[in-house]
Amino acid sequence: MSALFWIPAVVVVASALWTVAASKPVYSVVALLSNFAALAVLFLSLSAEFLAMIQLIVYSGAILVLFLFVIALLSSGIAPIALGPDRLPRIVGPASFFVAIALGVVLAAVLASHAPPLPHAAALALAGPAGAPDVFGSVADFGKALFTTYLLPFEITALILMVAVIGVIVLTGNETPYVATRRHAEQTRREVREAIAREGDS
Amino acid sequence: MPLWIVVFVKSAILLFVVITAFAYAMLAERKILGWMQLRPGPNRVGPWGMLQPAADAAKLILKEDLMPRTADPLLYRLAPFISLLTAFSVYAIIPFGTSSAGVWAIGNVNAGALLLLAIMSIGIYGISLGGWASGSKYPLLGAVRSTAQMISYELAMGLSFVGVLLLAGTTSLDGIVSAQQRLWFFIPEAVAFVVYVITAIAETNRAPFDLVEAETELVAGFHTEYSGLRFGLFFIAEYVNMLTISCIASLLFLGGWDAPFGWTWLPGIAWFLLKVGAFMFFYMWLRATLPRIRYDRLMAFGWKVLLPVATLNVIVTAVVIALRS
Repeated sequence: MSALFWIPAVVVVASALWTVAASKPVYSVVALLSNFAALAVLFLSLSAEFLAMIQLIVYSGAILVLFLFVIALLSSGIAPIALGPDRLPRIVGPASFFVAIALGVVLAAVLASHAPPLPHAAALALAGPAGAPDVFGSVADFGKALFTTYLLPFEITALILMVAVIGVIVLTGNETPYVATRRHAEQTRREVREAIAREGDS
Repeated sequence: MPLWIVVFVKSAILLFVVITAFAYAMLAERKILGWMQLRPGPNRVGPWGMLQPAADAAKLILKEDLMPRTADPLLYRLAPFISLLTAFSVYAIIPFGTSSAGVWAIGNVNAGALLLLAIMSIGIYGISLGGWASGSKYPLLGAVRSTAQMISYELAMGLSFVGVLLLAGTTSLDGIVSAQQRLWFFIPEAVAFVVYVITAIAETNRAPFDLVEAETELVAGFHTEYSGLRFGLFFIAEYVNMLTISCIASLLFLGGWDAPFGWTWLPGIAWFLLKVGAFMFFYMWLRATLPRIRYDRLMAFGWKVLLPVATLNVIVTAVVIALRS
């Protein structure tokens, strides 16, 4: 049990650091990939199996692949970013330090106020593999919670995502190559018509 | 016997079986392609060319291992292993049969179908990173194409799983097979089955969706720069992925180890392997028959046809199940 916690935990922290510190963006992607995988193992050890699977399918399998896609397209060729690293504004160092401390305080306060009893992990350890089939964190359990207790937050999240998608279309969709070509053609035609009209006048 | 010894022995046996299956699937493909094109296929090494895989392996091992000067050494070496690792790790949870003692599998996972999707979706990193790390233009184009293609088709594939999961009422692969005792799911879920077959071929980058390694445009796509055993690893991963896809088709849609028409004179595992073999033959038949599809059509087909059809199928299935209960 403790090995099952400590190994992924160390991997999670180390790969998170590597993600930030890596010199090439693609290395960051690889580090983040190992981070997600280790996080999925941690979820599993909390017997949140559905969350673990979704972590892998959605984050590793879809979102991170898109990161890699963009990075591969932008930094094609192997040369690392040619420009030297920009100096960050001097305020960033102390600011991030304070944010980290604040986060730590909040986390400690939460843990101290109602320390999660982890009923489930303890029960699992007691019951052992031969114990009663366990539903906590299973797909059915997760789905039931999502569609009954947490229906409103779930629907609101869906709505927000929908708004984001529409926003993307509004921001980029006007200038698809097709629309651009159409507009260009339209403009050319108008210019030609005007030119003909002017020629006709003179 | 302690659990870890059982798991270790099972894994070793399975590794051997899968690698052998890969070797002969490759030989079978070359033979079948040969016969379909009216030529004998490999027939020099051993009787009927049966030792050809061994000869190929020896050739690949002895070849020089080249790396372009522009390549990223770490990722260039890592990429084939990611491909191979994800291809093999799927077999940790695939059940091959059932007996009174339990299910024939290394691990019988509750969320088996989801874990399959999860592991397969990571397999793309091998191709993607390999193409990028080669530091050369054709592999990069192949990798970018494969990334776009796999993301697009993975969605429809996941949705085609959902219909089956709804009907079976479980995500455990063992449970899905036992839910098909009365009726194999490719009949009530015919739409999902068709979507699955199409997306599965696209996921494994096989003809007619092999734009990732379209010879006429991209030399050999993402593995252009790879040689020797590193190329061999990609090659093994591709065939093992084909086997995986065939196993999943058999488990989710074709009743797994369930015997058709009550013909139980063959053991369940034999039926399972027969179904996998039939699906593999289908793959090779397609490759010999269909020309490669154009890239923009591939993307349009994935997003504008397969995804809506798969979504509609999920909705219809859910409505029917809700009305029946």
